Amino acid sequence: MGEPIIQAENLVKNYGTVAALRGVSFAIEEGEVFGLLGPNGAGKTTTVEILEGMRTADAGRAHVCGLDPEKSGSAYKERIGAVLQSTSLPDKLRVHEAIELFAQFYRQRTDTDQLLRRFQLDEKRDAFYSQLSGGQKQRLALAMALVNDPRVVFLDEPTAGLDPQVRREIYTIIEEMRRERKTVLLTTHYIEEAERLCDRVAIVDYGRVIALGTPRELKGKSAGTTRIEVRLARPMTDGALANLEGVADCREFSGTYILHSRRPPQTIVALVKRLEAEENELHSLEMFSPSLEDVFIELTGRRLRD
Amino acid sequence: MMPNPLTNTWTLTVVRIRLAMRNRAFFFFSLVMPLAFLFFFVPVLAKGRQQWIAYILGAVLTLSVMGSFWGLSVQLVTFREQGILRRFRLAPLGAGPMLASSILSNYLMILPTVAVEILVCRWVFHMRTWGNLWALLVLVTFGSAAFAAFGLIVASTTNTMQETQMINNLIWSGFLFLSGASVPLAVFPPWIQRVAFFVPATYLATGLESATTNLATFGEVAEDVAALAIGILVAFEISRQLFRWEPEAKAPARAKVWALAALVPFLAFGIYENASGKRMARIHHDFAQLSGEMQKAAPPAR
Repeated sequence: MGEPIIQAENLVKNYGTVAALRGVSFAIEEGEVFGLLGPNGAGKTTTVEILEGMRTADAGRAHVCGLDPEKSGSAYKERIGAVLQSTSLPDKLRVHEAIELFAQFYRQRTDTDQLLRRFQLDEKRDAFYSQLSGGQKQRLALAMALVNDPRVVFLDEPTAGLDPQVRREIYTIIEEMRRERKTVLLTTHYIEEAERLCDRVAIVDYGRVIALGTPRELKGKSAGTTRIEVRLARPMTDGALANLEGVADCREFSGTYILHSRRPPQTIVALVKRLEAEENELHSLEMFSPSLEDVFIELTGRRLRD
Repeated sequence: MMPNPLTNTWTLTVVRIRLAMRNRAFFFFSLVMPLAFLFFFVPVLAKGRQQWIAYILGAVLTLSVMGSFWGLSVQLVTFREQGILRRFRLAPLGAGPMLASSILSNYLMILPTVAVEILVCRWVFHMRTWGNLWALLVLVTFGSAAFAAFGLIVASTTNTMQETQMINNLIWSGFLFLSGASVPLAVFPPWIQRVAFFVPATYLATGLESATTNLATFGEVAEDVAALAIGILVAFEISRQLFRWEPEAKAPARAKVWALAALVPFLAFGIYENASGKRMARIHHDFAQLSGEMQKAAPPAR
């Protein structure tokens, strides 16, 4: 393995008395799609913005493409592309004008017509920014991030708030970036996004990386357990479900009991018997194979979207 | 063409002009309103008197040029609050081209307005002279850049649109009433006339009025131009230093102290003008001519 293209070493950032980052470290190889997965407020955006050169870390070191993002100015910006958590442009700027405008700031430029076609914006090329849908605006933001054919692309929650169809379109675009061997740092709080797109994932919580590895490695930490989510008519007494056969772990989140079971069939039979004995009713029961959500629950005791 | 600060400034200038052309409010404030002033005040006040038409033209030109102050500060704060500047920050683009393009696009858009105002006075109100066009062009050029740069300082030192509007109103009132742009300085008590020499707008207003009423040459308005030119340099550098891309980045208290430094050149010019008395004499001479024309046109006393 060569020198990492992105390196974050012990990044610390405080906003007044709030510690946003408490020593975030990771390294990303060239051509990797790397995910920062965590709930809102975990420190994902702060980390990315330090790496983009938009914020200054209080302590620690950041290096991207061998440069210090904060100190390297234009030379650094020529090498990166980024989609901010929320992109805004003047309402009366046309789609093709936005791409052409940003392309003109760079030495290396991608053909703007090609970008319009690739991001399915050619039919909207003369539309004003204010006339675009949320998905179209996000596709434009992605196109603008690629106007300089960057080596490294930062995507800060690129699919947040978009409907599932648009989200899938954006997944396809990110998969294309991977095929082009671009290094992508993606932040998300969507489990499926991290699992589908990322070669490696760092799970972030309260300004710290609490787990790091490939999605398979991370899920391996929950190996052998199946997640069973049940909703009941009445709440159960403390510990009643945790003692069911096969249950390794049981937590309750807003009325939903999440059981991690090593022997799901036996757990379900025991659950039904227990409910009958207590004259309780089962409203719903769903089973899931281990996911990054389970890893997060095991590590933090909370769900990602809490 | 490889990008550099100059090409980036020009790229942004073109886009800014394009955006302004798509904005109806721009046409209202930059063309309709100044023309409305001309069409209202020239028939009401000038009543065909040549010196008065020229004087009102000077005042309306001053208002058009000073308008740069309002427009640019509001636009910059809007862009910052909406997060538009953040996106530009990701590009290899410094604060300099961002600010310079505001000033340049504003200047290029003022020129047609100025031309229309002069043409209307000449063709509709039958003003016999063009004024000194060379002096007018230089004053409009330096004036628009100076007032745009003052506006950018306000944008860089205020945190919200509400604060920007409040400070703009305050400063604008000073510019409007203490410069001779709305009321001739000569009618004020002497101490206000002396204070006026510390107000940047005075140099624009008296310069433009001299160029329209007395056909003042470039040499005769050189001091006005020098004051505005120094104002541009100081104000531009201060606004560049205080520039903020981020909506949540608040202006530190010391920024407001820095902003006051933009007034230092006018403090120096004010002291000089008060000591020399030349400007005071010029203002009174110009006003005497206006009053003389008024008396000539007044009905005889019974």
